[in-house]
Amino acid sequence: MLKIKDLHASIDGKEILKGINLTVKPGETHAIMGPNGSGKSTLSSVLVGNPSFEVTQGSVEFMGKDLLALAPEDRSHEGVFLSFQYPVEIPGVSMVNFMRAAVNEKRKYHNLPALSASDFLKLMREKRKLVELDNKLASRAVNEGFSGGEKKRNEIFQMAMLEPKLSILDETDSGLDIDALRIVADGVNKLKTPETSNILITHYQRLLDYIKPDVVHVLYKGKIVKTAGPELALELEERGYDWIKKEMGE
Amino acid sequence: MNMKVEQQYITLFKESRDLLDNNSAPVMNKYRQEAFDNFERLGFPSKKVEEYKYTPVSKYFEQEYGLNLSRLDIPSKPRDLFSCDVPGMDSIQAFLVNDLFHQEAVKGLPKGVLLGSLKELAETHPELVEKYYAKIANHSKDAIVSFNTAFAQDGLLLYVPKNTIIEQPIQLINLLRSDVDLMSNRRILIVLEEGAQAKVLICNHTIDQVNFIQTGVTEVFVGANAQLDFYELEETHTQTVRFNNLTVHQQADSNVLLNNMTLHNGVTRNSTEVVLKGKGAHIDCHGMAVEDQNQHVDNTTLIDHTVAHCTSNELFKYVLDDHSVGAFTGMILVRPDAQQTNSQQTNRALCVTRDAKMYARPQLEIYADDVRCGHGATVGQLDETALFYMQARGISEREARLLLMFAFVNEVIDTISIDALKERLHTLVEQRFRGEVQKCSECSICK
Repeated sequence: MLKIKDLHASIDGKEILKGINLTVKPGETHAIMGPNGSGKSTLSSVLVGNPSFEVTQGSVEFMGKDLLALAPEDRSHEGVFLSFQYPVEIPGVSMVNFMRAAVNEKRKYHNLPALSASDFLKLMREKRKLVELDNKLASRAVNEGFSGGEKKRNEIFQMAMLEPKLSILDETDSGLDIDALRIVADGVNKLKTPETSNILITHYQRLLDYIKPDVVHVLYKGKIVKTAGPELALELEERGYDWIKKEMGE
Repeated sequence: MNMKVEQQYITLFKESRDLLDNNSAPVMNKYRQEAFDNFERLGFPSKKVEEYKYTPVSKYFEQEYGLNLSRLDIPSKPRDLFSCDVPGMDSIQAFLVNDLFHQEAVKGLPKGVLLGSLKELAETHPELVEKYYAKIANHSKDAIVSFNTAFAQDGLLLYVPKNTIIEQPIQLINLLRSDVDLMSNRRILIVLEEGAQAKVLICNHTIDQVNFIQTGVTEVFVGANAQLDFYELEETHTQTVRFNNLTVHQQADSNVLLNNMTLHNGVTRNSTEVVLKGKGAHIDCHGMAVEDQNQHVDNTTLIDHTVAHCTSNELFKYVLDDHSVGAFTGMILVRPDAQQTNSQQTNRALCVTRDAKMYARPQLEIYADDVRCGHGATVGQLDETALFYMQARGISEREARLLLMFAFVNEVIDTISIDALKERLHTLVEQRFRGEVQKCSECSICK
């Protein structure tokens, strides 16, 4: 599904990613862990085409297509989804209008007719239940005045609406209490199919208790320095990152 | 002073004095000479006149326009040009063709309400019009007001007696219609007695592809406890120049909502002066401008708090595309007696291109010590992080920009108290942003 080869990326001339190699197959869940500043969020930003970052080297193939050649909106249409670490507030744009535009542009891209108003609202209702998102939130402006937990639930709600093939969850667990974490994780698990894949970017094992990864990677100084099974996350939880730094010869 | 531009109007006034008088009402004629003398003294305001700094006046008066001083009926049937049906608005409609009230029976008005030609009502109710006409629009200070007072022959009067409530919105459709370049000088007088309530919408449209210039003076008296919602919507073509002066006087506990929306125009300067004269009066003074090409919109406002316990709220938003120019000068004046004033002014502009220009001048003059006054002015671009967030959800950059621009002006539209009008404006603004309203030779609010 996703093949990242020797990916280098920089922001304002400073190189953050220094040769990432990563392959994700359909149905797999990968966790990417690592200390602060290792480049985890840069990787997710680059994959969805954030214009602040410049790709200087390497390639990313998604479902056989050159992902880096696509505009951010087309990456979304092709099935890449990012749950933002910091979801953006958009005053004045209602969740309904926002989602309607998103869903219908995707349908247009795939040569499908726009959803009727009633079908669309039905879809909203159905998907809202998945993350127990209050109807009141759905009728408000995008993320405006939402609590931290509500914003993250709203991200998963959008994921449910767009039914992506590959979901990148960037620190979706940060700022969540246990109940909210469980709701968010349940939502992600319910959306999982044998054809869809997830990349979980996280600092902590906590999220991985709820969403089981198949593979765990450690990202450090812009490179994936260790890859193993779920047991690696437990070891990191217990021992921290220092031993990895030592293994790196620091 | 170099009065070259003024000269043709000075000559015109002197030569046409009889025509002007004979085709107007004595109450209006009474102020003509004095106003003309003031105009002769003031001349058209130059850039050095603070209030006109961003909108040059003289150059728009240079060219020759026809004036319909003999009040010839311009052959037109407004109802054939327009079939106004803001869905569900159910308004009481009246037409002004240029500055001529279109005679047609206005139905559905409560007893005692007067709505019709200012000239005719000034003849049939001279004592009423005499009491209010030319009393608050200051023709000794503002040259546009003096010019208008010297030349105005007709317009509209709305009089709502004490405790009378007009439920239906009154819609005044002002059509600019002429086969040759035309100047019109429109005069509107609105009087709400104590406890009266009304909602008024003025729609400004151009019908013909000729050059239009219009001066407008609107005087509004709002009695104690009275409530007025007053909307002015402009959808004229780019060869239109409009200078508007609106003066509102509010008595105690009155409540006024003003909203001046420019959706399409040429050059427009709206001057709005609100004087809060009675305790507990509240004013919402709102406005928005959507501009592109070389369009120019200047809103100059003065909120004058003269007594204690009044509140005012100003909200103006501009979206400027291409080479358009926006200007906002907002003065809040709190006089020594106006303790416990609560006043807020907000002015925000979006410059969509690098060539668009916005001049924002918030001004506070406060002479009382127990007041709350705030102001904020921003000029900026669309929020890039919001744009990217939307793109990441599959919304194209173009569509994301439109949604953000739409959201930006919605804050103003959402304050409209007439639901059908609010809905209609949502649609109109969206069409405008999508470039579907290229020129406005038709009343798009009506079709």
